[in-house]
Amino acid sequence: MIDVKSVLEEIKAAPYEEIEIKAPHTGVVTFEVKETGVRAVAPSGAYLEKPGTLLASITRERNVKPLHAMVSGEVATIHLEHSGAFVEAGTPLLVLRHYLTKDEVVAAILRRVLHLFCAPERAKYYFIPSVDIKVKAGGCRAVTVKPGMELFIVSRMKREKPLAYDGPEGIIYAVYFQHDDNVEAGQALIGVCPENQTGLIQDVVNRVHSDWEERN
Amino acid sequence: MDTEKRIAELSERLGYIRDIFGSRENANITLLTSKLHEFGEREPLASPQEAARLVQQLEDLFVFLEKKLDAELSAMDVVRIVRHPHRVSLKDILENVYDNYTEIGGQDEYSIDPGMLIARAYITRRRGDKVHHQPVMVIGQEKGHGQEFRNGGSVKPWGNAKALQYMKVAETEKIPIHTFVSTPGAFPVEDYPGAAQQIARNLYEMAGLKVPVVSVISEGGSGGAEAIGLSDARLMFSHGYYSVISPEGAAAIEAGTRQGQRVPPELITACAERLKMTARDNLSMGYVDRIIQEPHLGARPYHYDFFKTLRQEIIRATDQVFLSIAGMKFFRAMALGRHKDVSPADAENMYVRWTVDEAAAERLLWRRYRKYRCMAENAFVDSRSPTKRLYANVQGVVWSGYSFLRYDFLGKQEKRLSKALGEVEGELRVVVDKMSGSLRKMTRRSGPAVCDAEKSRMLTELSQPELGACLEDWGWSYISPRAREDRAVTCPNMKQSGCPDLWAPDLFGDFAGVCSHCGHHFPMEYQWYLHNVFDPDSLHEFNAEIEAGNPLDYPGFVDKLEEAKKKTGRKSSCLTYESRIDGKKIVVAVLIAPFRGGTVGAAEGEKFIRALARARKRHYPFLAYVHGTAGIRIQESLNGLIQMPRVTMAVRRYIEAGGLYLVLYDTNSYAGPVASFLGCSPYQFAIRSSNIGFAGPGVIKETTGIDIPPNYHNAYQALTRGHVQGIWDRREVRKNLKNALLTIGGRNLYYR
Repeated sequence: MIDVKSVLEEIKAAPYEEIEIKAPHTGVVTFEVKETGVRAVAPSGAYLEKPGTLLASITRERNVKPLHAMVSGEVATIHLEHSGAFVEAGTPLLVLRHYLTKDEVVAAILRRVLHLFCAPERAKYYFIPSVDIKVKAGGCRAVTVKPGMELFIVSRMKREKPLAYDGPEGIIYAVYFQHDDNVEAGQALIGVCPENQTGLIQDVVNRVHSDWEERN
Repeated sequence: MDTEKRIAELSERLGYIRDIFGSRENANITLLTSKLHEFGEREPLASPQEAARLVQQLEDLFVFLEKKLDAELSAMDVVRIVRHPHRVSLKDILENVYDNYTEIGGQDEYSIDPGMLIARAYITRRRGDKVHHQPVMVIGQEKGHGQEFRNGGSVKPWGNAKALQYMKVAETEKIPIHTFVSTPGAFPVEDYPGAAQQIARNLYEMAGLKVPVVSVISEGGSGGAEAIGLSDARLMFSHGYYSVISPEGAAAIEAGTRQGQRVPPELITACAERLKMTARDNLSMGYVDRIIQEPHLGARPYHYDFFKTLRQEIIRATDQVFLSIAGMKFFRAMALGRHKDVSPADAENMYVRWTVDEAAAERLLWRRYRKYRCMAENAFVDSRSPTKRLYANVQGVVWSGYSFLRYDFLGKQEKRLSKALGEVEGELRVVVDKMSGSLRKMTRRSGPAVCDAEKSRMLTELSQPELGACLEDWGWSYISPRAREDRAVTCPNMKQSGCPDLWAPDLFGDFAGVCSHCGHHFPMEYQWYLHNVFDPDSLHEFNAEIEAGNPLDYPGFVDKLEEAKKKTGRKSSCLTYESRIDGKKIVVAVLIAPFRGGTVGAAEGEKFIRALARARKRHYPFLAYVHGTAGIRIQESLNGLIQMPRVTMAVRRYIEAGGLYLVLYDTNSYAGPVASFLGCSPYQFAIRSSNIGFAGPGVIKETTGIDIPPNYHNAYQALTRGHVQGIWDRREVRKNLKNALLTIGGRNLYYR
């Protein structure tokens, strides 16, 4: 049994993710950000049409290509020794410290403590009628799943087939797919946890929502 | 009680005055405020008679000072009057000007577009003892005194479509149309039928409406106003405005501000003056025929005398249009002459039948065309010498004469003869086929068909690279100067499509600016098309001397124009040519983006019209190649805006004469030109990766609050919405144009 509280403490000790930004291709590097601690913003706009903060540019064959921040955060390291130098593809240029948001913390905890049952192929997934009624009436946590239990209907190209659950026994804590939407192969369909841990997980999630301070 | 009511009315009038004058300090307003305040203090102590006397004094003071304030109104104050929720709206006009009406297709918010109001109404007139109900179709934007669902009179494309539908109904019923323009501009969404395309459709159809149209302008906001504004008589409220852009929009462009940034109010006020948008300005420029005088500080719903004046003016204008096309009109036309000061009662008592027969309809269309053709004639610079002008006029007459002889007179005989010959040939062919049938069968039986051995080998063997079969000759006559740069270029679709970098000499040379991986079309110079699409050495430019000017003396614009002329070596953004494609002669008008963003002003409109006239006279097909256009040139204000109906009418005249009008969009094409003379073509094509629309993303966000996706104006989206009829690869433009010339449009083309 995973200790949920220790997972949270672990995240609290390092409440960020460090993203190393590497040169996507060869070229001469010019850093647009000159010192550490500078805040960088992620792409924004309803369609993410506004690019993130310009961190550096790489010139290859007189073609200046910008390197924008893909996530928000703080510049933790700059390899200024590469400034004005020709670098190979994959050379580390900067490290961006991305502070986790509440949702990201919750997702990280759930990823660690839940058993994720993933889609075996790209298709539309539905709960079987008996489960669907329970989910609609009492929420997903009203459903207890057991290995081998027929749980889903897989619908693809107008053909439908049943899909049995495979994993530890427990209740469905989270549902990750939408009705009538295609789910890619390997994407999580449901997250399952032992029944006795539900309260604990919920408690931690609530604590994250109330106490976690977002720094981005 | 009466005193309280009168004081409340005065307070409301004072509030209205404050709204109109904004934050400006004014001694008269201060005086009115203090007097009203003073009365408030004295009233409890005064007797009722004394209070009534004081109120009367106060009312007189209001009337006196309102008159004084009216004389001080600036253009921006007029804009505030027009936008004020107390301003008269179309419903007030329907209630007070017409004798009866039925609203069509809408009841408050239950309408396809509550911003567009349509009604069948009638005006009752007496002729002796007889009473005549003269029906009209009333169409106009309704602001509804601030009702939110009316969207401030900003009409959506489907609202304009509804207006067009009922214009056609009026034409079927042969009744005149009265349009009331009261819009800040069209609602800039591309959803079908599309803001630009629907306005273009409206303009095209209105150019040919066979019933008189009288328009009254209160708030004439750019393209939205033009959607119902093309008319035979154009009246304007004295406190209205009519402009190509709002003062705020012009100021934002002037200041170069970005989305969300504020423009200084002084600049907005200055722009309102520069745009020459008031009724007086428009009358002096000839874009309206008559001003309807409003009460001081603008008409409000309780100004009943104003409605009486409006009724007389509308009747008079409608009468004048009908008389101008009537067979017998001598005395009545004299009585209603344009420059005569006719008393309102005289205008209403005189009876003019509001009917149109076929001959009158033809006269009406011709007069409408002439009316608009004569507008903005002094708003451009024609630097041709008098001899050249004379030569051009004589040439035009000769072409017209030749056209008549060749295509109308002899052409008809030729057609008749060739039809008869065709019939005879058809008959003979049947007889000959029957007789030779048996002979052919015998010939076939005599031996097997022999195939040429060399031909057979060529058709069946693989290509031989050593003979050059795989060496492609790109054959471009013009190579972009960017092809000389030794550098790599990144495709904008690199992230989605994984395109590799391209070497500029390859991309802008051999590949004609097309990404070899995803097919993205990089913008190319307009010269690329001129030299690679048309037959070599076939371009002959005409009317190059017509120059863009600064008709409104817009401050600083002369320098900008000079800069554009110097940069491009051209005198306007419209270039007109006679050329050939695969031997087929064609007239081409090109809107070039490097010259002030390809904006259209009076010079560009004039060149376009003259090119259309040339194509019509010579029976040539016409291609409008839009290298790029940002819209109407705002510094020319109405001189530019009027090109929308003006050129559209010329396009209609050309198409109706049997021509083929093709439009080809490249790079970015937006606003006025797309919403008029380009968007009205039945054959519009786009170069891949081009953008077509009414308003750019920034304007859409600003006016509607909607965040649009980045590919909103993309040519493929335009094709999906039905705004263009096809998308062409740049490298295949010549081939596709050749094909188009042979397969579509035009019964009166010289090569048909």
